[in-house]
Amino acid sequence: MTTAVQRASRTPGTSRVGGTGSVTWMALPALVFFIAFGVVPLFGVLGLSFTQWDGIGEIHPAGFDSWQKVLADPGLPHALQVTFLVMFLSWVVQTPASILIGTFLAGQHRYRAVLAVLYFIPLLLSSAAIAVAYKALLDPNFGLGAGLNVGFLSQDWLGRDKLALAAVIFIVSWQFIPFHSLIYQGGVRQIPRTMYEAAEIDGAGRVRKFWSITLPQLKYTIVASSTLMVVGSLTFFDLIFVLTAGGPGDATRVLALEMYKTGFQANLMGPASAIAVILVLVGLALALLLRRIGGGGAADSQLEGA
Amino acid sequence: MTSRRAFLQIALAAGAGVGLAACSGTSGPQASGSTAGGGGVASGTATYWYLTGAPGEGIRTDTVKRFNEANPKTQITGTTFQNDAYKTKIKTAIGAGQAPTIIWGWGGGGLKSYVDANQVEDLTDWFAQNSAVKDRLFPSSFGAATVGGKIYAMPSETVQPIVLFYNKTSFETIGAQPPKTWADIMDLVPKFNAKGIAPFSLGGQSRWTNMMWLEFLFDRIGGPGVFQAVFDGKKDAWSDPSSILALTEMQKLISADGFIKGFSSITADSNADQALLYTGKAAMMLHGSWTYGSMATDGGDFVSGGHLGYMNFPTYDGGKGDPTDTVGNPGQYLSISSKATADEKAIAKNFFATAVLSDAENKEWIDAGAIPIVKGSDRLLAGSKDADWLKFVYGVASGAKVFAQSWDQAMSPTAAESLLDNISKLFQLSITPQQFADNMNKVIGT
Repeated sequence: MTTAVQRASRTPGTSRVGGTGSVTWMALPALVFFIAFGVVPLFGVLGLSFTQWDGIGEIHPAGFDSWQKVLADPGLPHALQVTFLVMFLSWVVQTPASILIGTFLAGQHRYRAVLAVLYFIPLLLSSAAIAVAYKALLDPNFGLGAGLNVGFLSQDWLGRDKLALAAVIFIVSWQFIPFHSLIYQGGVRQIPRTMYEAAEIDGAGRVRKFWSITLPQLKYTIVASSTLMVVGSLTFFDLIFVLTAGGPGDATRVLALEMYKTGFQANLMGPASAIAVILVLVGLALALLLRRIGGGGAADSQLEGA
Repeated sequence: MTSRRAFLQIALAAGAGVGLAACSGTSGPQASGSTAGGGGVASGTATYWYLTGAPGEGIRTDTVKRFNEANPKTQITGTTFQNDAYKTKIKTAIGAGQAPTIIWGWGGGGLKSYVDANQVEDLTDWFAQNSAVKDRLFPSSFGAATVGGKIYAMPSETVQPIVLFYNKTSFETIGAQPPKTWADIMDLVPKFNAKGIAPFSLGGQSRWTNMMWLEFLFDRIGGPGVFQAVFDGKKDAWSDPSSILALTEMQKLISADGFIKGFSSITADSNADQALLYTGKAAMMLHGSWTYGSMATDGGDFVSGGHLGYMNFPTYDGGKGDPTDTVGNPGQYLSISSKATADEKAIAKNFFATAVLSDAENKEWIDAGAIPIVKGSDRLLAGSKDADWLKFVYGVASGAKVFAQSWDQAMSPTAAESLLDNISKLFQLSITPQQFADNMNKVIGT
């Protein structure tokens, strides 16, 4: 959906559709849903962040109390740090792997098509199911390590701070690499054959072609995929909640989890709303930043020389 | 984006509850016959949410079924939830005005938050008019049902002290006796570890499981007054020397590898902590008496073969607490939503008076190895296959000088969350006892 919106906005005003009438009405259903379920609750949460509410009783206005409480709480910088760490590490792990797999799958061989289907499987599973399965596999006493009697595998995976974070990154990557590979596969297939043919005539090998043609041509694909990864990792909740519940201690407590715990377990809806607003702002800032880095208006072409 | 998530959670939580209730409502006979026990209600349905997990789930379901069969025109439809998930679900539903007619709970601080928000019915007058219902229950069970001198819940089900379970086979392996004091525990730890057996099983990710240890250590070292001071909102109550000593002893046991490897990623909801005990991977487990039933069901011949031992928590040398003191759940609690219609409330009250803790239900609880909170239930124990265990639990519950309610249930949900959060960090050794006390002193009185 995101990509469709971006693509639509990139060709403003051009009415190649043929008819003279405007097609903006087609965006109406989406707009209605977005306002009803996105914008309205957003303002609701903004309003709630200036109140005191336990989720059950009356809502009392409380000025900036919640904000003061949240901003003074050492839990917030910690949760932000964990969130950015998860974001950064999962980007670092996922991007190279996705580009390589995507490039590999872009080839037109039948065995690659079979592999593509296999790679795609994790994407079909829900995060909660993945978390439950991994939790069972990683259990130090009844899990994979204990079952196969492999000492290395029977670590206390989810019980030590760094291992738990690493496990989260691994599982997130395992789950989302197929999706991003798919994006890159599409990106690679759009690169004109002529460029490769020209390079071959110049005597470029596989590796050279990858670095000099594939990678530069994938620039916008990388930006799109990275945006999805970065903004998406802000809202990681279900997987971490089921897997570690933010633990051990608070080692994997990302911002979304901090918000949930504050609101629904500690019954502090005001501070939880403040955290939610912070989360939205961070998400918006990151998305804008990535667009900026992605650079360029629609004007500069990627297909020079093609 | 996030706000949308939060909003959806509210909507989904409420919607799912209603949807589930509606689904289960289609089963069961709806019409035919009239009955005298209707309590003035012609017809209607009431809803009831309760917990999953054997053996309680089956018994709760049977009680509802018996009520529905006896009252064909006034039906109760039940919906079940997993323990830890239910705690957040029910709060959300009540806040959204979608509470079931009958609210299952633990009493104490959670009940108080419903009372403060006028979400549950005051049952004081009803109990006064129906003194027979009240008088047959353990008087101690009404403490956690009472807020500001008024009764807001019907005590139900069973009394559940926390006890120390042990695997007799493991003790035979190392040739040792069960611990009588805290020093014995610390002596046993290296002996078990040397044989590759974890001294204690613990489902630490659930956090309240860790809390049970502190509840006992605080009591045995400093007596019940230490936590009472916290509960009463006394300033800096967590910095009491007994409190610091208890927290320090706790961390010593953790550092000495007293608990199973990976305890902080084990959840109690999966019963993996119990599995560690009955498979012999761990020698001891501090847990609620409710785990007896599931260990008997899941543990093969562990319980029936007499391999399970149990005792009250050991003493602490020089400690102030009475060795008979215990903590746990003095009962479970059923409240009536104040948002329910008059008919629904009448059905619920009739349910309380005629079906809850009926003789048939009591028998089921005893068969499952639990003590219903009904006076004289000890007389029913003799013929049971679990007679020894039941007499032990009855003795612990009735002989306790102080039967304290679990901390997280007694406190307000906000303070409880902060407590559990700090406990998990304490058990992770990422904060010191002093830091724990400082963090917790800040939330006293909230």
